Amino acid sequence: MLAIDLLSWFCLISGGLLGTIGAIGMHRFPDFYTRQHAAGVTDVLSAFLILLGLGLQAGLTLAAFKLLLIFMFLYFTSPGASHAVANAAMHAGLKPMADKQD
Amino acid sequence: MRIFSYSILLFLFWLLLSGHFEPLLLGLGLASVALTIFLVHRMEVVDHESYPLHLSKQLPKFIVYLFKEILLSNIDVVKRVLSPRRPSISPKLFEVPLPQKSILGQVIYANSITLTPGTVSIQLTENKILVHALSKEAADALADGSMAKQIPDKVVKS
Repeated sequence: MLAIDLLSWFCLISGGLLGTIGAIGMHRFPDFYTRQHAAGVTDVLSAFLILLGLGLQAGLTLAAFKLLLIFMFLYFTSPGASHAVANAAMHAGLKPMADKQD
Repeated sequence: MRIFSYSILLFLFWLLLSGHFEPLLLGLGLASVALTIFLVHRMEVVDHESYPLHLSKQLPKFIVYLFKEILLSNIDVVKRVLSPRRPSISPKLFEVPLPQKSILGQVIYANSITLTPGTVSIQLTENKILVHALSKEAADALADGSMAKQIPDKVVKS
């Protein structure tokens, strides 16, 4: 049981850390499009790790299945939402910051 | 065949959501599954796009591949976020070709690009995707087309 608890805590803590790092990135990156990449970190992997950590606490129960369902919904909808937001920004005429080196 | 496996899937889904095994409730569940199947059959919404059974052979390998990509690109983006002084980014806007033949394959490709942090698909046209990448490295990794080869893609005659 200790091993599962440790693994679960590892997942929860790293998921929480990733979410925080995504938030930091949103403040550090310069424009809308680059900020979206930082938000992408919280989108999938952070949510996945937190849900996995909770699932390990729940064990093989119906609650774990529902956590899996939450992950599946996030997994299928979040890229669609990101794409819609980026597409709307492009349509509205927001130009991405150009790289100075190129 | 598709409807049959779909009804089994629906019933399993109902069981796992309810967690009840009394005969009355099982019967009610079966009845609701039957009604749903009748409705979706009449509406013709269960087709090769909403329920892509034909991709199930390629799917496990693709999921493992995509998860590995998500993990690696997450680590890359986290490093760039936390790099001291200035975030080490070189944003780039570019187009990648769409080699997939089926519309479903193209959508899976665009979604996979967005799911891996560091690249976001912005616009889909006939045979190209407009992609914004956080760094030159992420852009180059996508442009060499290794991900495009992994996408499950099969044309179904309907």
